[in-house]
Parts: sequence; C-alpha cells; structure tokens
Amino acid sequence: MKIIIIGDGKLGYNLAENLSKENNDVIIIDKNQEALKKAGEYLDVMCIKGNGLSTQILLEAGIKEADLLIAATASDEMNMVCCLTAKKLGATHTIARIRDPEYANELDQLKADLDLDMVINPEQAVAGEIARVIEFPPALNVEIFAKGRVVMMEMKVTPDMSIVDMSLNNISKMSDSGILIGGVLRDDTVIIPNGDFVIKEDDTIYVVGQPSKVVQFYRCIGIHVQKIKSVMVMGGGRIAYYLAKYLDEMEIKVKIIDIDRERCVELTELLPKALIICGDGTDESVLHSENLANMGAFVSVTGKDEENIIAALLAKQYGVQKVVAKINRIDYSLAINNMGIDSVISPKLITANYILKYVRGLQNAMGNPVDALYRIMDNRVEAIEFTANEHTKFLDTPLRDLKIIKGILIAAIVRKNEIIIPHGNDVIKADDNVILIAKDKKLTDLNDIIELGV
Amino acid sequence: MNYRMIFKSIGTVLCIEAACMLPSLLVAFIYREADTLSFAVSMFITAVTGFLLLRIKTPISRIYTRDGFAIVALGWLHVSAFGALPFLLSGSIPSVIDAFFESASGFSTTGASILRNVEALPKSILFWRSFTHWMGGIGVLILMIAILPSVNASTINIMKAESPGPAPGKLVPKIRQTAEILYIIYIVLTAIQVVLLLAGGMTIYDALIHAFGTASTGGFSSRNASVAAYSSVYTETVITVFMFLFGVNFTLYYMVFKRNIKSVLRDEELRFYFGVVITAIVLIVLNINGTVYQSIGESIRYAAFQVSSIITTTGYATADFNIWPAFSQVILVLLMFIGACAGSTGGGLKCIRVILLFKIIKREIAKLNHPKAVQTVKINGRIVDEETLSGVMAFFFFWILIFAVSVLIVSLDGKDLITSTTAVTATLNNIGPGLGLVGPVGNYADLSVLSKAVLSVCMIVGRLEIYPIMLLCFSSFWKRSSI
Repeated sequence: MKIIIIGDGKLGYNLAENLSKENNDVIIIDKNQEALKKAGEYLDVMCIKGNGLSTQILLEAGIKEADLLIAATASDEMNMVCCLTAKKLGATHTIARIRDPEYANELDQLKADLDLDMVINPEQAVAGEIARVIEFPPALNVEIFAKGRVVMMEMKVTPDMSIVDMSLNNISKMSDSGILIGGVLRDDTVIIPNGDFVIKEDDTIYVVGQPSKVVQFYRCIGIHVQKIKSVMVMGGGRIAYYLAKYLDEMEIKVKIIDIDRERCVELTELLPKALIICGDGTDESVLHSENLANMGAFVSVTGKDEENIIAALLAKQYGVQKVVAKINRIDYSLAINNMGIDSVISPKLITANYILKYVRGLQNAMGNPVDALYRIMDNRVEAIEFTANEHTKFLDTPLRDLKIIKGILIAAIVRKNEIIIPHGNDVIKADDNVILIAKDKKLTDLNDIIELGV
Repeated sequence: MNYRMIFKSIGTVLCIEAACMLPSLLVAFIYREADTLSFAVSMFITAVTGFLLLRIKTPISRIYTRDGFAIVALGWLHVSAFGALPFLLSGSIPSVIDAFFESASGFSTTGASILRNVEALPKSILFWRSFTHWMGGIGVLILMIAILPSVNASTINIMKAESPGPAPGKLVPKIRQTAEILYIIYIVLTAIQVVLLLAGGMTIYDALIHAFGTASTGGFSSRNASVAAYSSVYTETVITVFMFLFGVNFTLYYMVFKRNIKSVLRDEELRFYFGVVITAIVLIVLNINGTVYQSIGESIRYAAFQVSSIITTTGYATADFNIWPAFSQVILVLLMFIGACAGSTGGGLKCIRVILLFKIIKREIAKLNHPKAVQTVKINGRIVDEETLSGVMAFFFFWILIFAVSVLIVSLDGKDLITSTTAVTATLNNIGPGLGLVGPVGNYADLSVLSKAVLSVCMIVGRLEIYPIMLLCFSSFWKRSSI
C-alpha cells in the first residue's frame, strides 16, 4: 500500500517505522529538514521536504495513487485541512490526528464534514488504556476485544499465587472458569503455551476471557481484587483531562497535580468534579501532604519520561497499590520493567497499534475485517481480532481438523453474547469474532492462519 | 564498526561477481577459446571466497553510515582484485599490477588500458573487460540491493556511498525498488542501443561490447582504433547520442516514464549539461574547421563525438585529438573535470556540483554589494541547505588535492607535463584516454608500476567520489571504539 504521512514528529516517525516494516510504501512530508534526516537514514521510506498543505507537494508525493494519508502535524487544524485537500486530490483514505478536547465532542460531525476515514486522538486512547488498567487493578495491562466483551490481561506470577508450578490443564480444571492463558513471557522468551505447559514464578502471563470470568479467575488463584476508589494524577495535560472524564464515569475520585497555575485554573473549569492541586508532583512534601499513601492508584502523565518514572517510584515507596507511568520512549522498557512500576503505558505503541489495525483492514479489503490489534511482549506477539464472514474458508469445520500454522493460537470466539474458549470440537461460524494470538507473524486475514496447500 | 556485516556484504558481492563471469565463460565456449578453463577457475575462486564470507554470522544487521562506506570501499577493492583473475590466469595480462589496473579501469568505467594491441586478445577476455564496465556503471552494490531479497532500511547507507552526486536520493519509497528501477532503465537503454548498433551492421559481439562501453560510460572497445575502426557515420551517431543519454541523471528517465516531462525540461542540471555540450561542440568546430578538417560536416561529426565522449567520461575516440589545436584540447580537458550529471553512470565532478560552485561564487560577490542580504542557493527552485554547499566545496578541494598529489607521484616517471597531468585527469575522472603518450591512440603501458598503482586507485577513488576510499586511510576509522 502507498501511504503518505504528513508531519515527521514522534507519532509520524513511529508510524512510518511500523508501516514501512510491514512492507508498505511510505512517504513522509515535513517542513523540517533535520527531522527528515533521521527518517531518511534509519527507515526505508521516502522523505519530501515541504508543506503538507501545498497541492504541489502532495502531487509530487503521488497523492493521486495514495491509498492512505495520515496527517500528524502538531496542529489539529492543519491536519484537518491536509486530509480535506488530500481527499480532493484523490487519496483513497485519510486519517487525521485531532487531539484538542474542544473538538473531541464534535468528532463525528467533523469526520463527516471533512470526509475523514478515521480520527486518532493519542491522548484519549492513552487515557482509555490507563482507565482500563485502573478498572482491573491486578492487571499490568488490559486489552479489549469485541467491544469489551473479551479482555486480555497481562499479569506477573508471584510466589503466593496458587497457580505456580501448575500445568495449564490443571489450572483450567481447578479454576473451572472460561479463561485461557494465551501467552507467557519467561526471561525474555516468548511462549505460546499448550496444555502441558507449567507456569513458573516470575512468568508474565496473558489471560484471555470475559471480564467477569477473569476477575473470578483472579479470586480463584488468591488475588484479592479491591476496587480502586481514588486516583492521584500527576501532570494536568490532555491525557489527565481525558482520564479524569473516564474515571468520573467509573465513579472514581480524581486528584490532579500540576505545576502551572493557569492550567490548574483551566482544569477547574473543564473538570468541575476533580480536585486540582497546584504544585510540583515530584516534590515529596507535596505528595505527602496530599495524602498519597492512601490513594488507590497513582498515575504520572507529565510530558517528561524521567519525571514520570521518579514520581511513580516515589508512589510505590509510599505503598500505593497501583502505579501507572506514561513513558514515551520505548527503548527504556528493558530498564523500567524491573523497577517495580506496575504498568507502563506508551502512547507511541498505542497509536501505532491503532493505525496498524486500520491499515491491515485496508489491506484485506476483500477478506475478513480486522476489529482489534494489539502487539504485546515488546512487539513480538500480536493479539488480533477478525470477524469471520463468507470469505472465511473454514467455516463450520471443527478446529481439530484445521491445520493451523505453528505459533498461532485461537484464543476466543465471540458469537453474539456467548464467549467460547475454543476446543477441538468447536467451529467458527459466519459473523463470529475470532481472537487470535500469533507469535512472530503479521496476520492480515483470518484465512492466513491455515497452512497453505491443505 | 560492524565488521561481520561488512565482510558478509563483500561475500555477497563476490558471489554476484562470480555469477557475472558466466556470460564471459559462455563467450569463451562459443568461440571455442582456450580460456574456458581460466574463467571456470576464476569463477570457482571468487565463488568459494564469497561463500566462505557469506557464512559469517551477523548478530547485528544494522549498518551505519561508516559501515556503508566501508562496505562500498572494500567491496570495490575486492571486486577489482578478483576481477583481475581472468586476465592473470589466462595469461592475457601476465603482470599482476597490469591486470589490476585493467580490472579497476573496467569496474570504475574508466576505460584506460595498458594493452598495446587489443585485437590480439581472446574474445572472451575482451568481453569480460567490457562486462566489468557494465557492472560498474550503476554500481555493483546497487545490483546487490536490487537482487537480494532481504534488504533493510540501513542499506540506504550503501547506496549513498556508491551513487554519484552530492545528495543521492530514492526514486520510490522502497530502496530495493529504487535499485530495481535504476537497473531496469539501464538494461532497457542498453538493449535499445544494441539493437540500433546491430541495425548499423555490427556483429552481435561488437554491438554488445560497445553498448556496454557506452552504457557505463566506460570506453573499452574491441578494436585498437576504438570506434574509428568502423568508419561509419551511422554507428558514430548512435554512440554519440547514447553517450549523451547515459550522462543524464537516471531520475529524469523515471520522471519521463511518470509523464512528468515539464519538470524534466526545467531541470537545471540537464539544461546546464546540454548547454555545455552544445557550446563545446560549437567552439571546437570553429577551431578545427579548416585547420584539421576541411568540411564543416566532418568537423561537426568529430567534434560532437569527442565532446560527448569526454564530458560523459566515456573515452571512446574517433579522432586523435592529440593533433588538434591547443584551444580544442584545453576545452576537452575542462570537460573532463566537469563530467556528467549526478545520478548517471558518468564520472567527473558532476554538473550539479559545478552549478553549485558557480552559484556559491555568485552569492559571495552579491554579499559584497549587500552585506546584510539573506541569500540562499537554489536548484530547481528549492533551497539547497548550507551543509550540502559546504560539502560540495570541501569535495572540490579534496578532488583538486588528490589530483595534485597523484600528478606529483606520476611525474616521478619523468614523462612530459601533459602526459603526467592528463593521465591523472583521465583516470580520476574515469575517462580513459588523456593527451600526450596516454592520448586516444596511446595507452598506459609505458608507465611505471608505481604510477599504475596510483592511477588504479585514482580510478576507484574517482568512481566512488573520494570519501569511501579515503575513509579507509584514516586509522580512527578502523578503531573498534573511536570517539
């Protein structure tokens, strides 16, 4: 596919990197030569220096044959106009980044008016992700499938859990609940386990199932699930705003700390229910006086990775049950994993997953729609959801008769309101949502899971 | 430095080189020449070395700019050395330094030769000589990029190091496709020329040899008298036109293919290149008409061929310009330095650099008039960043420096000034024939071993545009952890 990306910032670069690795022809347009230099040197993409709004530059980039244009410049308005121009010039699909909360309520209207195919709001997506992690406190990360009917939760196995040294077969007998352990990360090796696999201490496991069933599973293995009632958020940016909105819906109390007085005043207007504190969130005395130790969760979402890490560590010291930090640079992940911060949220990864999902969907326009795509375990494993339809070649065939490629696991099948953790006798029917876990593969179609020539 | 990756890449290139010896082997077979064995042995040695290097395990496949430069520089030195094997093994060129000179001249598309009597050599050896031209034309490593299945983004560093011009870029987003497109343009143009030469009555063998020589702007011929041996106006015209065409930036052909004719015609470098060619032809015609040649038709025929051959750095000759008046000779020497367009198969400084240098001078003078004026240098309406400009100036100085040092060493031979200077000019700029002893009817056989070695390096330095080879000379480049 031919994809044009306007704006070579953090998001643009990240998207270009991910999309070009999936064998798309990527062209980046940016005004800044310095930014383009890095992309030109490290990525297999073409760089054009110029204004992405200019018709001439867009034509030079070959907008007429472009399948997709992604506008990711710093300005929402610019992105909108870019997409509008691109559509007029012949781009097939357009995606704009629009992140100003003021537009958030009018997104549907904007999408229709500007003929946008998709709007990405990284801050809102990040806030959503954080809200989910807070909703299920034992989980390090939560991904949702089938509009929330199925979740996949990441958790670390600790010695006090009853599942240590048990095989998966025994675990499913013991817990007797409709869950599946779809992936295990043990000392940097990725395992898609089978029934005989034995869970060890310190494994990171991915549990797939209905939310209520997963919570039940937690109880069964001895994790005390306590609902979080109050959250302290450090940093009053856009993520904090969206997060406060989500948490408000979940009836969780929010306390936001920000250092900028003007922003604090602004927030009091935007978020009447939240408590806004003006102060330095990395200052221990401020955190102390704001009663950090008694908060249910602590979330650090300032613009600086380092501050977020420090504040999160501090909160952990105080014994906060759930600590979440936003970290932009993925390269830190190795160092951070061992620090004890419960959940690390990377806006880059979340948005990249979002767009990859959309692009994969475009690539198999004739096949099965892609409903969700998450990349887990340092991008080595994908969890992807397809809708089965008349194009699926193996409808109504018992799974035991299918030759599924090694490294792919059918984690769950969602049929209307029924959630099936599949066994050999189960079949896939039309309109089912099928959730797959795939190691070292890039799936673009449901039919790809079957070995060729069978 | 990613040594493993560097040597693995060299292994790949050697395997490709071994495969490229196959056509010559075939020629030897067809003409039932005794060299079949020497080609088979050369192929074997090259392929085995290549395979051994390919077995190197590379835990890190990422290559940075300096790794790319090292791959290109060492790759070219290896390719030239292994390319000399057929000459040595067949006994056609018994001396090692002569064989290396001939091979380097082939791959760098120079066309300078140490052979006194070309026609005495076996056909397969001559074919190999010309085929090295054709491989070196666009680039051996770009060939590698085009045919290898696994190419990662960092390969751009190899392409940057091998492609001529101040800022080589991609035609399409994917580097592999870019390399493929370049080779397709190259192959198609070569094929058209072969057909046209055949139509003029050449044998298929001669047509191939001369098409290879033209396409790569190399200049090896299968005849002692070069293209003059055919004394056919048609053949000369075809070769004149195609030499000119191969001196044009290949990006423009891609733009023609994309029906973007308007920007092709507006291209500043193309206009400059065309302007220089026409001016040079007119001046030389005015100079030689009536003195060397009697009719205006003859003057134009010879002037056009020689100008086209020299500016594109091909080096074919239909006239002995050693006997032309000094004015015409000086024009030809100046053309040698200008060279063809960036992104073509030609050598020299490249038109684009000359244009930029002129614009820089113009800006300096304008600054004296308006000291506070903000002025930028533009090409095709786009601003050229200051980094590129200072790069061009540094490059120009480096070029002159290498020229001066090489002339100094070559002058130790005690040959006359014209021979010494033009020998370096003709090799550094990848042309082939110079003036004096190394003129169009002469050759490089009489020079000393030292001069031949220096000139061989000059050819590769010129083809790779200095930096890759010069980088090898600095010890800081080789240190495992340099700061």
